[in-house]
Amino acid sequence: MTAGKLLRWRKNLGDRIQRGDIIADVETDKADIEIEVFTSGVIERFLVQPGEKVPVGTVLAIIQEEGKPSVAGAPPISVVRPTVPTPATPSVPAPAISELRAPSENISSRLRISPAAKKLAADVGIDPASIIGTGPGGRVTLEDIQRTQAKGAQAAAGVALDRASRMRQVIAAAMARSKREIPHYYLSTTIDMSRALTWLAQENLKRPVEDRLVYGALLLKAVALALRETPELNSVWMNGRAVQCADVHVGVAISLRGGGLVAPALKHTDHLSIDELMKNFRDLIQRARAGSLRSSELSDPTVTVTSLGEQGVEAVFGIIYPPQVALVGFGKVVERPWSSEGKIVSRPLITATLSADHRVSDGHRGGIFLSAVDRMLRDPEKL
Amino acid sequence: MTKDEIRGVIFRVLGKVAPEADLSTLKPNLRIRDQLDIDSMDLLNIVIALHQELNVEIPEADYSKLATLDDCIAYLETALRSR
Repeated sequence: MTAGKLLRWRKNLGDRIQRGDIIADVETDKADIEIEVFTSGVIERFLVQPGEKVPVGTVLAIIQEEGKPSVAGAPPISVVRPTVPTPATPSVPAPAISELRAPSENISSRLRISPAAKKLAADVGIDPASIIGTGPGGRVTLEDIQRTQAKGAQAAAGVALDRASRMRQVIAAAMARSKREIPHYYLSTTIDMSRALTWLAQENLKRPVEDRLVYGALLLKAVALALRETPELNSVWMNGRAVQCADVHVGVAISLRGGGLVAPALKHTDHLSIDELMKNFRDLIQRARAGSLRSSELSDPTVTVTSLGEQGVEAVFGIIYPPQVALVGFGKVVERPWSSEGKIVSRPLITATLSADHRVSDGHRGGIFLSAVDRMLRDPEKL
Repeated sequence: MTKDEIRGVIFRVLGKVAPEADLSTLKPNLRIRDQLDIDSMDLLNIVIALHQELNVEIPEADYSKLATLDDCIAYLETALRSR
């Protein structure tokens, strides 16, 4: 992704802002994202106006940090960057544009419309006052409403298609770059999920429905804790070398119902309790599908986890999302024969896979990581 | 509560959980999960919303009884009657 279009400023010049505030919305090829700030202060200058398309990394505004004097001509004290990585979000369909006009005063009292047109307009949520009627004396006819409705549907389909195809292009570019530049190696292991699922079922029996857990939360926590033991997998490849990340922010691959996916970060995954993780996980999925992710959530993942088990897939061998150096995959839980303490028993099993960058780690370390994930999931009460 | 009223509640809940899904094409005898691309987190959100709307607590062990729209209506009808 190379550019973003500023949709709107949410703050005004001179507004006092706090670290973490959302100050703007930016449209990118893959997502509409919320731009947050990482400092507190006062907005001193906007450098980009709504509607402008600018390259990634462009300074959008200058923020006067608290307690520091403003110096005219000085470089930006704090910059806001349209950090733009991962995928998209379905856009809200645009309303039909043609045949619409601005509502005018007292128009409702003068509106001439047939009863059938009035009923259809009410049914489909179209304001008849915004349509120029083509009937006698400007009367709004049933055909006028039907035509407006059809144009709205076409416009919506066009917008969705455009966004979907642009998202596809961005994913294509990132994945092609990954396959071209990253020497992947792949490992897999089979994990006995019986203890984890039994613990989960017992927990959910005790909990009110709002606090129930899904097993995906356990997988994410197990990965986060295992990364602490193999920190080289929690790295990014920058300027020809691997840089280990201080924090573990697991990127969660979330499919969008309109097609495509996003992989926003579940921040500080290893430090979250399982309840906090579940709460944040639910929130992240809802916001990803509603198109209200924050810029840092798209730029911060240090590793990505993808689970395709619910689609019936048994094992996932994914492509690493640069600049990350590892991707963890989970397939579906299947009931299979399993050898335990000299006996063949039926157990719920899951296949965990690791795609890793051979420039940064070797199979030996990758194996230690998968072994740690296995160990964590066999001890679910400690997650 | 009539079947139609229960169906209305289910549609309202599905509309909230999966607003981008086209509910007009939902076939009552086919799996909702397959038709609307519902995952386990969506299913949990549906169960939570049904609990809030109807005050019916659906145990995790009963999730499989909510596979289709017809299944959902039958399950909720029974649950509401037995309260």
